[in-house]
Amino acid sequence: MDEKIVCICEDVTYEDIVKAIREGYTDIESLKRHLKIGMGPCQGRICLPIVVRIMAKMLGKNIDEIGYPTQRPPIYPIPLKILVEGDEDSES
Amino acid sequence: MRILKANYIIIGGGISGLSIAYNLAKLGMDKIFLIEKSYLGSGSTGKCGRGIRQQFTTREHIVLMRGSVKLWETLSEELGKNIYFRQGGYLWLLRNEKEIELFRKYVKFQNSLNVPSKIISVEEAKEIVPQLNEKVFLAASYCPTDGTASPFDVVEAYAEAALKLGVKIYKFTEVYGIIVERGEVQGVETSIGRIKSNIVVNAAGYGAKKLAETAGIKLPLENYRHHIMVTEPLKQFLKPMIVYGSLYFNQDIHGNIIGGIDLNEKPTNILMPRIDFLSKFAKNILKVMPILGGINVLRQWTGFYVVTPDHHPILGNVDEVNGLYLATGYSGHGFMMGPIVGKVIAELIVYGKSSISIDNLNLRRFREGKLIYEKAVIG
Repeated sequence: MDEKIVCICEDVTYEDIVKAIREGYTDIESLKRHLKIGMGPCQGRICLPIVVRIMAKMLGKNIDEIGYPTQRPPIYPIPLKILVEGDEDSES
Repeated sequence: MRILKANYIIIGGGISGLSIAYNLAKLGMDKIFLIEKSYLGSGSTGKCGRGIRQQFTTREHIVLMRGSVKLWETLSEELGKNIYFRQGGYLWLLRNEKEIELFRKYVKFQNSLNVPSKIISVEEAKEIVPQLNEKVFLAASYCPTDGTASPFDVVEAYAEAALKLGVKIYKFTEVYGIIVERGEVQGVETSIGRIKSNIVVNAAGYGAKKLAETAGIKLPLENYRHHIMVTEPLKQFLKPMIVYGSLYFNQDIHGNIIGGIDLNEKPTNILMPRIDFLSKFAKNILKVMPILGGINVLRQWTGFYVVTPDHHPILGNVDEVNGLYLATGYSGHGFMMGPIVGKVIAELIVYGKSSISIDNLNLRRFREGKLIYEKAVIG
């Protein structure tokens, strides 16, 4: 197989990314939402640095200009039952 | 400085603005410019909980949402892209006799307006969702034609369809102000210069209040931050949106559980998440569905409810400024109303009246003291 997988959570390939950028998804937030890259269990730690570099190269920008999507907590996945212990008020 | 000229300017690239622009183009209008200060869907649309319901308590909301659901049902075909609308229903768990009594009244009213909601027993609710904890509710209000859709896909679908019909979309372009002379809209001042137009629609979500001030109009809007989270994906098992007090959750097309709960915060313009949201959410969702205990939370985020004093949107023209229209203040229901809002605002602009009356939702209701009260606000 010649496919180069960039996002292993969502099975997004290098070719998918190039195609989406050519279709006009030229900012990182829109590209992320279009391809769902960085939205799986790894939260983009594996794929996003590569995606940013592909974008920079194709768009002739530097990496800082591309930027990085908003980082959302928690840093690592946490089971719901562990989170319960922090609650003081159970009223809904 | 170059001066662009449009026939229609729509400010805001969320579902409202995109749907209005698309519907204007569909009615044959041209030179429609949509201006978005960031990326499309960057405001409340892209942060929302995905829900689409008709289980409201006022005629205005129910009639609008019944019309919207009709449009949602064929939106994928109309726009030429799957927006993953799914009619899994809304299952509203009722916790005590008082809630049951209230919801019996709501259901009766909804039925009188042809919304097929009904009160069902715990056993019937468990037939729909076997994983529910039968110990925490006494009955449920269920509407099978309510549902969910995918916000990002909806945004892309509207944008692509609008572009095809000739709408010009200016992303990452900020509107600094609306230009008004002698009570008439003249255009907007933006980061790419002045754009002339005699019709301007303010669909700027959490930015709508500030923008309206530039035209000398005060909007009774407050931005409330709401918290939301997503879990890792699971095999499809949950069809309806579950509501329990201010807790709500549903399963998206990917299998992820998406949900939120109210933290009773004061208005703010800061979108900072709070870790105690996750604790409160976890405690309540596990009460309702204990089987989810081992499921991982992937991330949390926040978005704004842009809230009016009566929790109904502000839709329609502005009496004081000719050519200025408003489509904002959805109080947490902007995503679900997107398709119908686009249709009625476009009709109002082009024909001077809309197929569903929105007169009661005009800004003037606040001046005249004719507020409408919606009791069923969640999340």
